[in-house]
Amino acid sequence: MIERIVNLGRVGIRICENVGRSGWMLLNSIARKPDFKHGFSATVEQVFNEGILSLIIIIVSGLFIGMVVGLQGYNTLEKFGTTQALGQLLALSITRELGPVVTALLFAGRAGSALTAEIGLMKATEQLSSMEMMAVDPLHRVIAPRFWAGVISMPVLATIFSAVAIYGGFLVGVKWLGVDSGAFWSGMQSNVDFRIDVVNGIIKSIVFGVVVTWIAVYQGYDSVPTSEGISRATTRSVVYSSLAVLGLDFLLTAMMLGGW
Amino acid sequence: MSKKRGMELMVGLFMIAGFLAFAVLAIKVSGLTDFHNGATFVVEANFTNIGDLKERAPVTIAGVNIGRVRSIHLDPKTYKAVVTLEINKSNDNIPVDSTANIFTAGLLGANYISINPGFDDQFLKNGDVIENTNQALILQNIIGQIMFSLKNKK
Repeated sequence: MIERIVNLGRVGIRICENVGRSGWMLLNSIARKPDFKHGFSATVEQVFNEGILSLIIIIVSGLFIGMVVGLQGYNTLEKFGTTQALGQLLALSITRELGPVVTALLFAGRAGSALTAEIGLMKATEQLSSMEMMAVDPLHRVIAPRFWAGVISMPVLATIFSAVAIYGGFLVGVKWLGVDSGAFWSGMQSNVDFRIDVVNGIIKSIVFGVVVTWIAVYQGYDSVPTSEGISRATTRSVVYSSLAVLGLDFLLTAMMLGGW
Repeated sequence: MSKKRGMELMVGLFMIAGFLAFAVLAIKVSGLTDFHNGATFVVEANFTNIGDLKERAPVTIAGVNIGRVRSIHLDPKTYKAVVTLEINKSNDNIPVDSTANIFTAGLLGANYISINPGFDDQFLKNGDVIENTNQALILQNIIGQIMFSLKNKK
């Protein structure tokens, strides 16, 4: 019994330690005199790795999710004879929820796991320690550009996802199932508010970008430098960031609907 | 070096694609085309009951959208709902004796304000109050009245 309580406390302390260490790592890597000359080109390189290489999966899944929402929405709305509302349903569900959340989940799987594995391998092959030996701060050199690139890529990817998904829904709803094109777009435009729906979706995607990249870099930086440790860190990175995205999504939605 | 330039070009295209998608969301999806936000004037209308009217609900004349509801609050003295309407400057020729009604779009749709133009020569100006108002039709009240009159007939 006592043993269990001790274990519980140990787990709690370890969680606090991890949160503290990850915050400290983030602070050390980004809060400093910015070095635009090197930092900019390194960040561009990482935007290529994290953003552009994730673009295909984002576009394909965006198209299919939009098509599925269009199909499901049409079949449900048909029962009430209000298929005109398809555009509104599609645009609201995608700009508010599906766009940011699905993009963040895919981003965690595609880019986050790669980040963790890359940094973990750098640690295992002692590249990070050799950088320290050369008086180059690995936090600044390795972590910071990857973090910023994730924060930049995520909202861009989510916006592309939303636009593609709405086009997919348009394909199914208007081109295939024969909803009137004018009603589709005008219903969408009169019911989607730029500030409340589009901008809030983008705010969500920025928050998710910060969280997913932060977890990915920290898990890599903190991994046990063995092959098993790296594989564990990669799994943890995807699991934790997915959970964090879904939990934060609820919180953010509650805050936004509450009128923040 | 050329590989690096190609990469930078791709990143640039990626960011442009993002901005384009943002523009699509802003203009095509949310219909953000009324950039002349400053060109509105404000009038007030007092209703006995506003039903389900919400802020940002449309204000129409003859079914054409001419503005939106900016805010709603309760007058603590008269217990009436004070609705502040934001009307586009291009529609500044609404007679002062116009009537404001609260209607429901469709059977279960959202409420909106419809203005019935009057015949006065004077037009509503910024800060004016619309005197003639009809309260919202509350479905429950109507059903209650019908039930009441049916019972009385028997």
